[in-house]
This record gives sequence, structure tokens and C-alpha cells, in this order.
Amino acid sequence: MALDVTRVKKDFPLLDREVHGRRLVYLDSASSSQKPRAVLDAMDDVYETHYANTHRGVYAIAEEATAAYEGARGKLARFIGAAADRELIFTKNVTEAINLVAHSWARHNLGEGDAILLSEMEHHANLVPWLMLREERGVELRYLPVTDDGHLDVNDLDRLVDGVKLVSITAMSNVLGTLTPVREVADAAHAAGALLLVDAAQYVPHLPTDVAALGCDFLGFTGHKMLGPTGIGCLWGRESLLESMPAFLGGGEMIRDVRLDGWEPTEIPWKFEAGTQPIAEAIGLGAAVDYLEALGMRDVRAHEIALAGYALRTLKERYGDDITIFGPPDPNDRGGVISFTFRDVHPHDISQVLDESGVCVRAGHHCAKPLMRRLGVGATARASLYVYNDEADVDALADALQSVSDLFAR
Amino acid sequence: MPGLEDLYREIILDHYRNPRNRGELTSPPALRVEGFNPLCGDEVVVYLDVDGDRIDDVRINGQGCSISQSSASMMSSAVKGKSLDEARKLIRAFKSLMSIHEQRLDGDGQPVDEPIAPEPGVALGDLEALQGVVKFPVRIKCATLSWNTLAQGLDEAENGAG
Repeated sequence: MALDVTRVKKDFPLLDREVHGRRLVYLDSASSSQKPRAVLDAMDDVYETHYANTHRGVYAIAEEATAAYEGARGKLARFIGAAADRELIFTKNVTEAINLVAHSWARHNLGEGDAILLSEMEHHANLVPWLMLREERGVELRYLPVTDDGHLDVNDLDRLVDGVKLVSITAMSNVLGTLTPVREVADAAHAAGALLLVDAAQYVPHLPTDVAALGCDFLGFTGHKMLGPTGIGCLWGRESLLESMPAFLGGGEMIRDVRLDGWEPTEIPWKFEAGTQPIAEAIGLGAAVDYLEALGMRDVRAHEIALAGYALRTLKERYGDDITIFGPPDPNDRGGVISFTFRDVHPHDISQVLDESGVCVRAGHHCAKPLMRRLGVGATARASLYVYNDEADVDALADALQSVSDLFAR
Repeated sequence: MPGLEDLYREIILDHYRNPRNRGELTSPPALRVEGFNPLCGDEVVVYLDVDGDRIDDVRINGQGCSISQSSASMMSSAVKGKSLDEARKLIRAFKSLMSIHEQRLDGDGQPVDEPIAPEPGVALGDLEALQGVVKFPVRIKCATLSWNTLAQGLDEAENGAG
């Protein structure tokens, strides 16, 4: 069933406000999404009725908080098709999820001469941890290129993956919206004896996700891009892998025993969750999963294909050669992330002028400077769509671009 | 509520469309200093031809938004032919215009956070048009990028000469 966006919008209190006397048109969900009332209420409810530290107290509210926290883990594990709840580790965000793999798995398994395969379209979060590892350990980094129309170029995959120990790629580009052939890369990685880590920050919020079907070994995503709060994300890993990995951060909760001369880690997933966790945030993220499942992820995806298609058509029809849209032209090959340049107006100026019309878009390099260089631009403006956006929002963007054109006309 | 007309004044758009002193100087002998705004990826390159105490020539290169580019263009016109000391006063005057705060410890070791005071007797001329940027706090970094780069260049000019 198609999403009833008019009703969905009503679930998001912030979308009710105005800026500069205009209706707020929020088109920056690839950066961070807005939160539905159900998530805000779930977090309030924790603090107002069930709050205590988890896994520590034996009193009633501590039991309730623990049950709610672990319940959220279960919701997230099922949401991505994990085989067991214990495969789902709470992290701060996807950045921490990737750093966890880089510190725990990679530093335990990789040394000088070992190779990692990445791509040219990665977010800095999936580049810098590996560049750091290269400096520290002398690992070799290889990159899958990007085609001119914004697809991941896998023509040379078999050659590039040969001899590699880890492949780490995005499932959906945060700049181009490109969906990448994760399954194909997974099969090639496994045939070469490598593991596959997937940066799914832009994927899990927008498409039905099944880690078994994707064929990956690790998958990271973040809560605040999927209607949840900030400060909470997830790393999923295959159980046997997580069991084999050394702990990441050391501290409370992640131990079985501590003596003055040593320590033993506890079992997964808690082995990787040192210190008091963002309890209310995890529970809020669980509520976001409930909300998305009630909408239905297949319907979410269908909505975004239709709306991205409408946006691509509308912008091209209105502005022709004055607008350059990056990424795959077919909405079936991409998510609702639309990066563009407009005439020769700097993206910062585009974003500033759009704001005057209440339209929020991101401008800049989107934490993907190597991809910007590949595209031959310093920055782009980026409009990104989600469940609460509709054709009227796209029309508002198209209308507001006219004032950019007027102001900067030579 | 500040309006776009406060930000995009005609003289700013003119400097953006027709940047003054755009280009490069052969370096060396000219000083070449790069400035980056890591938030947005804007970059500016300032070339300074310093003869003794005087900025004989200046060129601006790089890429950025209308605010960063027009500010750099106006800055280049303002400092060309000025002494290093005059250029420094101009930098402080511009930062004062931008309501930049300075954090330091006072004589008693107490933290002080106050706006940079205006420079008496320094005329900013066209640069006054950038005053409206203050109402858009995110864009202050755009306006000051080239000035911070210039300040770094002046430091290098003085250290190099000394």
C-alpha cells in the first residue's frame, strides 16, 4: 500500500513549524532524519517510568529498563534479519561501528602487506579508520572505482579483490544515492577469502534489509537517520566472527571477571558494550523500528522510488541544463538522495537562498571528499527524501530554486 | 528576522561575479598561503608579494561561495599597497565587524570572552557591506576564511624576514 504521507507528516511534531514565515520543507534526512511522536514518547516514558541502569540492579525498575533495552536489541536484530539478538551490538553510530571492526577485527587479523578493498564513493567514516590502519600497520588500501553515471564499477572486481582480507563498501552512497551490488561484492569477497563489511547508514533506513540475503559479514548503521535519536547505532556481525574478536573498549559491563592482574571479557554482545549505554536512545531506536515496520519497509522503498523519480523529472523539466544531477538516472538504482549543482551558484549560496523559502538542503562535500574530486566538483547541494516527504515538498524545492536563479542571474 | 538582502548586497555579488586580483603570483618569491574551511570544503589561496614592510601585490585563488569569494576579493583590494602593520589593523577591524570574540585570560588569570574592539581610524570601505553576514552566524566562517589565511601569510612574511 502506498504511504499516506499526509498522515505520516502529522506524526512528526517538528514538521509542523515554520521558518521565515514559510512551511518547513525538510529535505536533509540523509544527514539526519526527524523524529516521530512515538519515538519521543518512548524516550520520555523511559525517563518518567522505567529509568535505571541496565544489567546491574535487581530492583523492579532496573529489571524494566534492562528488559526494554534488550527488547530494543531484539527489534533491531529482527529488523535486519540477524540470526540472533546477540549478533547486534549497540554502538554510538555507524562511525563507531566501523571503528569497532577496524580496532578489534582488523588490528587482530591484519598486518603489513595485507590488503583492504574500499570504494571511491565511501563516506569519510569508511575511509579514515582504514587510512589510520594503513599508517599504523602498513596495510594496502585498494579502491573500486565509480563510473561516470555514479555506479560502483565492479568490472575489475575479481582482480581487485584478489589477495584482499577485508572488503568494506557502502550499500548506498550518501552523495549519489547509488545502490551498490552488495551481494555480488560479497560473493567475490568470500571467493577470495575476504570478509565483507557494509556501511548501511543510508540503506537500513530506506530499504528492507536482510543481512543473510546481502551476504555480508558485518553491517553498520545508525539510529538518527532512521527516525531514531542521536547517540545510538548498531554493528551487526556474524556470531562466530564476533566471538573470535577481542574486546574494543574496556570498562564496566564488558567483563566476566577482573582481578588486579588481569581480566576476562564477557560474552557477546555485551563484550563490546563497555560502560553505561545510551539506554533511552536504544529504546527510542526500538520505537523507530516499530514505526517503520508499521509503515512497511517495502512501502517505504516504493514511496521513495516514486518520489525520487518525480524529483528527478521535475528538476530536469524545470531547469534543463541549468541543473546537474549526479548519480544513477534510474530511480530503481538509487535511493532518494539527490545531489546537484545549479548554474554556477555555489551550493552554500543555494542552500542559503532555499532556506529563505523554508527548504532545508545540505550543501558541501558530504564527508566524501575523494568522491567530490572524482566528480570534479568542490561541493554539491543535496536534497534527500524520506517517509514524510511528498510531491509538494519537491515542488517547493523546484519553486525555491527559481529565487536562486533570480538572485544570482548575471 | 534577517532577510537575504542583508546578506547578498549588490556590492558583494559584484565582487563575486568580478573578483579583483584573481590569479596567482610566482612563488617563490611571492608567499603562497592556503586556507581551508573543512566544514564546507571551501579553499582559498592567498599570494603575497611583500617588499620589506609593504604588500606590493596580492592575488587570490581557490574556490568557494559568494561570501568567501567576495570577502577575499574586497580584502585583496583593501590590503594591496598597505604596510604589514596596516594590514594587521585591517584584519582586526574586519574581525570586529564580524563580531568575532576573543577568549583569553586577563591579568588576574580570569577568563575573558569579549568581542574584538573596532580599530580606531581604520576605514573598511566596501567591506562594510559584509556586516550583514553577522546575522547568519554559519556564514561568518566563509567571510573570515581569506582573512585568517592572510594573517597566516603576514606571520610567515615577518618570520621569514626576521
